[in-house]
Amino acid sequence: MNATLFATLVAIVKKDLLIEWRTRARLSALVFFSVAALLMFSFALGADIQTMRDHAGGYLWLGLLFASVLALSEAFRVEAENRALEAVLLTPADARAVYLGKALANALLLLLLGALLVPMMLVLYDVGLDGPLHALRLLAVVALGVFAISAPGTLLAAISTNAKSKDLLLPVLLFPLLVPVLLAAVKATALVIAGDPMGDAFTWLSLLVAFNVVYWALGFLLFPSVVDE
Amino acid sequence: MSAQAIQVDGVSKRYGARWALVRTSLQINAGESVMLTGHNGSGKTTLLRLMAGLTAPSVGALRVFDRDVVRERQAARTAVALLSHQSGHYDDLSAAENLRLHAALLGRDTQAIDELLARVRLRERADTPVRQFSAGMKKRLSLARVMLKRPKIVLLDEPFGELDPEGMADVETWIAEERKAGTTIVLATHWIDQGRRLSDREVRLTNGRLV
Repeated sequence: MNATLFATLVAIVKKDLLIEWRTRARLSALVFFSVAALLMFSFALGADIQTMRDHAGGYLWLGLLFASVLALSEAFRVEAENRALEAVLLTPADARAVYLGKALANALLLLLLGALLVPMMLVLYDVGLDGPLHALRLLAVVALGVFAISAPGTLLAAISTNAKSKDLLLPVLLFPLLVPVLLAAVKATALVIAGDPMGDAFTWLSLLVAFNVVYWALGFLLFPSVVDE
Repeated sequence: MSAQAIQVDGVSKRYGARWALVRTSLQINAGESVMLTGHNGSGKTTLLRLMAGLTAPSVGALRVFDRDVVRERQAARTAVALLSHQSGHYDDLSAAENLRLHAALLGRDTQAIDELLARVRLRERADTPVRQFSAGMKKRLSLARVMLKRPKIVLLDEPFGELDPEGMADVETWIAEERKAGTTIVLATHWIDQGRRLSDREVRLTNGRLV
């Protein structure tokens, strides 16, 4: 008797997080890369404080987007190595649960990265927050955004993992799909940072929730066709 | 339960322009042990992967205990375990962690893991990351994973490869035990003497065709 969908999901999340912990050097490199990207953007903008504040949200999301491509590609490299994913699917684990587990683990990794990058962004771009509630609202936007990146990212990383030019293929497939997500995430982040007297952020957050629903559902339905020939 | 464990019905498999398997038909009864022989690239691994439901036939149908391996993939896979060239392990996890993952996916108790690791002579290396294992040790761990599943059908792709004489003897003993217990075995090997000792009949593949 094989495990239920939920038990499979939990086992895959635990496994992926354990591998991330074991390969902490990779995680450190990812953090370093993202911080370096934020620094580069701040250098490119020059010393204009107001411009930096205005664009802080955009640069935060660019840093997260570039880091996510590296993280997602790495998440499927460990599956392809030794054909470990095949052995998992032969148990026979439900491929949909494997998808949910991997996408959730990727989202948690990106969320951790986001939680590290937000304070960096605040310092580098001289953005002030009005207390812990303001910070929590910003983290909520980051959470919705990284979940919306992880869902299609995990599916496309699985598609591109066996391709010869997988490192090129993943961003080529992923970036166009993420344009509306990024737009909503950047707008929501900017509104949360600058203050939102008209309550416009809610519209963008609703859009992010909608993207999450669509992308997670699509991944759940399509992943078995991707991993089963 | 069907008397036929595996039914391969006119199966062909194409990779790009190359046909790896051509119009192959084969019936294997439940509890039977079949040795699959043939030169390198003759289609043995492809046939085993088709039986495991890891790849779909380009033409024809393949059933495992009356379950179609494409349409009823999940059910067909329940009956099958495959020991292949690739270890199927996560190199960054230890031997015990890899088995614990599979136990969780199988819904099995993790208490048997210690015993299984002892059986394949890896108990002392239970907490060592698989990345530090030799090829033979990885093969032993793969064998422990197959044992953990306790399948009705065991598909073995070169089970003696990369093993030392002690490991080969262990594998031979285990296959003999499984055969006695009534497990259906398909054994692809170049070790003809061992294979003949462990099988009821021999099937030969040449250039993707059954001879």
